[in-house]
Amino acid sequence: MTEQPRLAEQNAAVLLPEPFVEWFGKKGWSPRVHQLELLAQAQGGQSVLLIAPTGAGKTLAGFLPSLTELANRPRRKPGQAHRGIHTLYISPLKALAVDIERNLGKPVEEIGLPVTIETRTGDTPSHKRQRQKLVPPDILLTTPEQLALLIAGNDAKRFFEDLRYVVLDELHSLVTSKRGHLLALGLARLRTFVPSLQTIGLSATVAEPDELRCWLVAQNPPGDMAGLITVAGGAKPDISILDSRERVPWSGHSARYAIPEIYEAIKKHRTTLLFVNTRSQAELLFQELWRANEDSLPIALHHGSLDVGQRRRVEKAMADNALRAIVATSTLDLGIDWGDVDLVVHVGAPKGASRLAQRIGRSNHRMDEPSKAILIPANRFEVLECRAALDANYLGAQDTPPLIKGALDVLSQHVLGVACGGPFDADLLYEEVRAAAPYAALERETFDRVVDFVATGGYALKNYERYARIRRNKDGLWRISHPSVAQQYRLNVGTIVEMPELNIRYVRQGRGMAGRGGPVLGKIEEYFAETLRPGDNFLFAGKVLRFEGIRENECVVSNGAGANIIVPSYAGGKFPLSTYLAEQVRGMLADSDRWKLLPEQVADWLRIQQEKSVLPKRGDLLVETFPRGNRHYMVAYPFEGRLAHQTLGMLLTRRLERAHARPLGFVATDYSLAVWALDDMAALFKARKPSLGQLFDEDMLGDDLEAWLNDSWMLKRTFRTCAVIAGLIEKRYPGQEKSGRQVTVSADLIYDVLRSHEPDHILLQATRTDASAGLLDVSRLGEMLSRVRGRIVHKHLDQISPLAVPVMLEIGKESVNGGANDTLLMEAADLVEEAMGRA
Amino acid sequence: MNFSLSRAMLIAEADLVGIAGERAVCDRRGVLYFPDLRLLAVSDLHLEKGSSFARRGALIPPYDTGATLLQLQAVIADYQPRIVVSLGDSFHDGSGAERMHQSFRGRLEAMMAGRDWFWVAGNHDPEAPTDLPGETVQELAIGSLVFRHEPSKLRVEGEIAGHLHPCARIVQRGRSVRRRCFAGDGGRMIMPAFGAYTGSLNVLDRAYADLFRLETLVAYMLGAERIFAISGSMLRPG
Repeated sequence: MTEQPRLAEQNAAVLLPEPFVEWFGKKGWSPRVHQLELLAQAQGGQSVLLIAPTGAGKTLAGFLPSLTELANRPRRKPGQAHRGIHTLYISPLKALAVDIERNLGKPVEEIGLPVTIETRTGDTPSHKRQRQKLVPPDILLTTPEQLALLIAGNDAKRFFEDLRYVVLDELHSLVTSKRGHLLALGLARLRTFVPSLQTIGLSATVAEPDELRCWLVAQNPPGDMAGLITVAGGAKPDISILDSRERVPWSGHSARYAIPEIYEAIKKHRTTLLFVNTRSQAELLFQELWRANEDSLPIALHHGSLDVGQRRRVEKAMADNALRAIVATSTLDLGIDWGDVDLVVHVGAPKGASRLAQRIGRSNHRMDEPSKAILIPANRFEVLECRAALDANYLGAQDTPPLIKGALDVLSQHVLGVACGGPFDADLLYEEVRAAAPYAALERETFDRVVDFVATGGYALKNYERYARIRRNKDGLWRISHPSVAQQYRLNVGTIVEMPELNIRYVRQGRGMAGRGGPVLGKIEEYFAETLRPGDNFLFAGKVLRFEGIRENECVVSNGAGANIIVPSYAGGKFPLSTYLAEQVRGMLADSDRWKLLPEQVADWLRIQQEKSVLPKRGDLLVETFPRGNRHYMVAYPFEGRLAHQTLGMLLTRRLERAHARPLGFVATDYSLAVWALDDMAALFKARKPSLGQLFDEDMLGDDLEAWLNDSWMLKRTFRTCAVIAGLIEKRYPGQEKSGRQVTVSADLIYDVLRSHEPDHILLQATRTDASAGLLDVSRLGEMLSRVRGRIVHKHLDQISPLAVPVMLEIGKESVNGGANDTLLMEAADLVEEAMGRA
Repeated sequence: MNFSLSRAMLIAEADLVGIAGERAVCDRRGVLYFPDLRLLAVSDLHLEKGSSFARRGALIPPYDTGATLLQLQAVIADYQPRIVVSLGDSFHDGSGAERMHQSFRGRLEAMMAGRDWFWVAGNHDPEAPTDLPGETVQELAIGSLVFRHEPSKLRVEGEIAGHLHPCARIVQRGRSVRRRCFAGDGGRMIMPAFGAYTGSLNVLDRAYADLFRLETLVAYMLGAERIFAISGSMLRPG
């Protein structure tokens, strides 16, 4: 966009009320063109999408229409009724809402506007919520879940009747998840309350802006779009890949080799933000940095499992510029303004070009100065990936994921929420729901099944009519059948279903399980705690803790020490390699001219691979086979991300089992996949029993996938999430566990019973849709299989190739056993037999 | 005869477990069969648990009663017992029998026909299901065995109980496996819950304190095709 300062100044005078013009003048600033343009479009009655890089003054732009309107609004006279909310601001993170309150409060105070701004999040105390309902602030900063709760209140219509604007921050990140679906439905509801409502979406650069423009407005007629304002990126960021003095390891994710160099970089800068991809990486990096921290620099840790209080303290210290470095995961990914960050260090590969751009945007919040970032690849493949991401960022490539269709479990939750807010007419609600972009293509029959599900569970066996949660009365309207339904709904609202977690409770050392409760340090996933033995040491919140035992819903720990420290793994937080980046990495492998850009040791690695085996062409799939020990290995290099590889691994082992190759297990990384077996797979391929082409045939996505899926723990985990969101089973809260496992019905049992009795139930449909898209990445696997058809290059080797080393090193760390859990039971039973001399 | 053949196939001498001198089969489907008495024991059916939840607003699938009865039908067909003991908590709540769908009631009655059937009272269903056949008892003594729902505090040789829904957990190669199980020490046996929606409680939980001689405790964990006898020292809490 070309800047025309004169025009902007003229416009400013027309569009901005006098106090704003004065304020800008006093600050020595002038309003930016996009800020004024957004204001003009909004004042013209349009909804608008603003796409701008960080540091472009997006937040102020988003609030200008509200602030100018509120500045001109006549004051409320004493005795006059309180006015409703004027502007609703919705962000994906609680921390962001708190941050905005701080940042917006400043100009409002300086300009002297009579505007009240308040937050409402899960942390807001109930007396404040009550008061907000009676005396609403002008601007309410909140999250999608809170909006859902407000809509389900029986006074929702009155509460929102004065609403003018909804500002949606970090829209690109909101829309890609189920939270986005819930939010889209909430917006549709608000539009029914206030048809003249305008939306303002703030977003980082995305691949398909039109999708977001549709998302912002009612889809009647379908395809209707909000206005668009795009601000070009600021100064080109200064990004480098660490060219380490040390040896870059073959595999692993810790980047331990680079710690001294990272520490030097921290010392040279004012404030450094260190991003990692997973919470366990964050723990490790933090621990290692403190080990190197001879100068005792203030270095902090921030991730989602830590106790809220601790997170807030770190955020505050950061805002006060009291920290020199902070190690963080995606909890800090989004547009929180951290002031004086002058270096971003990204440890591990960024997994997506857009994600990298977002994170680098954290440094130097001034558009005209280049952001500075260093990428630290943790292993050799990540060097390639970092290089590819770096090229992409310069080229401005975008690989944000495409939007998916609205989920039915979310719709179920919303329908119940609407009923809690008041009676509804099914025809009207159907029209309203279809105005939300994710549900624009929803069929009436599906909608009716959802309503039926909400009412009685929607089962073919009509057993629950008398227990219906909502009922259709004689007037044709649906109502909740009892006030307790609304209470239940309120406890279960939201779409974020965490894996079962235990509080980590600290006790004094030596007291064991008898120790009195000390502070809660955070949360840990149950399945990790289950693999610990009393006396094990593990790393959490930067401390070494000794596991004492599990007491009710708490994991009891004391101070730990010593070697053999375990780092908890977390199910969440692992992003797969983006399709775009994978494509780039394949391109780089195939093109030896581009190796010049790589560190010498990595280029060398590729050259030796070329000599000993082969490097695949851009569109080819390389499959190597080689014997090792008394096993036979097959390593494939699809570069499609860990999830797709995991699915592929499951399906390949099934097929190899049928071909009597006796596969023993497999392991998947983001780049490659290794399968090992007792029999010689190369000989099988040669004898075409099956051929490699047949083994990798797309038809594995048919029956094999179906058969495997049904028993897969992944589907059970997905079902649990859907069942909680849809309101079939309740969220687990800490404390409820006390009643013991035998009292509740586990989602796994429900899944088994439902699958055998009503496989087409709407919730199972929703589960399958989710699993194919999420945990399994089936579509990506499908695209890969069809791409490599007839282009599989088989290389049989006498020994392991250089390219195979990284994945081979992962074996034993996280291999997936092909067989069922009964094998493990058999081993345990045999051990006993053996020990007792009965074998 | 057909069914005696199938019974012979089911029971191998090695699979028999001794309880206070009586011999029993721990079936991997969660029932206990005493071939010498031709007695089948099943515990914690929790029939109509689904509808019990539905009454309180959680509309979980109404197929649990059907699933549980189907499984029960299968074991009864296999063993053809003369006596069946349902060890309490047969229904999830006192009005469960009334709520039961007519077709399920028919299936249950067909299973009961031609054999002695005892409903042992449980804490969920202290009153007998009045309109169903079978005899309701607080407890039942047969030979050296005593059948009751809740295991008694004092040690009783030959006690067969339910109530606690035992499961056991092992960790092997860094992976954790949890299964329902029979828990026994040679003198007493606590049976796993049989119902489709029944959860379970680890045998190392406080609730089991003092019930077993720890040195001889064995968890008979239910596998997909067989039972796995795991000694107490291999088990993990949680």
